[in-house]
Amino acid sequence: MKTDEFVAMLARGAPAVDTREAERRYALALGWGACGAVLLMALWLGVRRDMSAAVWLPMFWVKLAFPAAVLAGALLLALRLSRPGVRMGRALLWVSAPAVLMWLLAAATLAVASADARNTLIFGVSWTVCPFYITTLSMPVWFASLWAMKGLAPTQPAAAGAAAGLVAGAIGALAYSLYCPEMAAPFLSIWYLLGMLIPALMGAVAGPLLLRW
Amino acid sequence: MNTDHLKAGENRLRDQLVLGLAGDTQAYHTFLKELSVHLRAFLKIRLARLPDEVEDLVQETLLALHNQRHTYDPAQPLTAWVHAIARYKMIDLLRRRAGRDALHVPLDDAMEIFAGNAMEACDARRDVARLLCCLPDTQRLPIERMKLEGLSVVETARATGMSESAVKVGVHRGLKALAAMMRGEM
Repeated sequence: MKTDEFVAMLARGAPAVDTREAERRYALALGWGACGAVLLMALWLGVRRDMSAAVWLPMFWVKLAFPAAVLAGALLLALRLSRPGVRMGRALLWVSAPAVLMWLLAAATLAVASADARNTLIFGVSWTVCPFYITTLSMPVWFASLWAMKGLAPTQPAAAGAAAGLVAGAIGALAYSLYCPEMAAPFLSIWYLLGMLIPALMGAVAGPLLLRW
Repeated sequence: MNTDHLKAGENRLRDQLVLGLAGDTQAYHTFLKELSVHLRAFLKIRLARLPDEVEDLVQETLLALHNQRHTYDPAQPLTAWVHAIARYKMIDLLRRRAGRDALHVPLDDAMEIFAGNAMEACDARRDVARLLCCLPDTQRLPIERMKLEGLSVVETARATGMSESAVKVGVHRGLKALAAMMRGEM
């Protein structure tokens, strides 16, 4: 078939499309995936028992704000990477800023703590399971988010997969924080971050395999 | 070449694409036709050592652009979007041919997609019509009726006995499958 005929074929009867498709797909993925993550957390782990007391503690909100801020940055990054020719730009800064702030808060906490309290601040009681739980809770959004990306046009599949995975990791951490009793900034800055980075790494590996178009 | 002149050309193309995205097939046809001329010139320079591949890659890039046209943000420069897609498809081709002598193609220089014109198409080596025959009936029939014979969705549904939504889905999936065949996945 000659290119002119091919072009005519493509154009013939081409229906209108929604240029907000990226936003639409991500809204769907996040909506369904977040429901899945919270449901999984509630059925498998259960909401923390002292929730009604915890909501009065500032650190409880810092613990929610950290993954929420990562989520905002990762979502912006994922949307940018889903469109050909759009640069990552400031989105990279937005996505790393929450981690840096958390590290600063952790350093300040450790600096004023006594030597024997530091171990507890860093490892808490659940450091061995925290990243694993977050990764598991992130799975519903992980699949949904890669599905969303798959229907768009990422030209950097590893980076796009990582951003999609980080969106999932952040939702996983948000859901997990409703169960997890840990409140220390050093703990959050290491194990929560690790829990969010594992799905991102999985996305970076899966991206080049799944996101070709 | 005069940059104002290029800019005006890009703006005109962009307007046609935006009309096309809203469902104006006439404007969309004009857009694709003019774009194929620029794409051919762009790829000809970069694939100077693979002249036989140029027309196939023009078609593959046009199909990718068509299938992914919902990712164009009207606020975004058209050049950046087209360039990124052409570059992605070119790298994909070079990867497929990896190991041969093709890896010294300049990939990253600038955005002069609209600077070149190459009117006359060489012959594509791969025949899209033949690829279409490999599609399952649920995709091939709607594409033949709608995209080749120019029937409407309603007429195609009547002629094939499929539902209207099945016709639309069939065309959509068929063109995606066609892209997968072009990159050697099916």
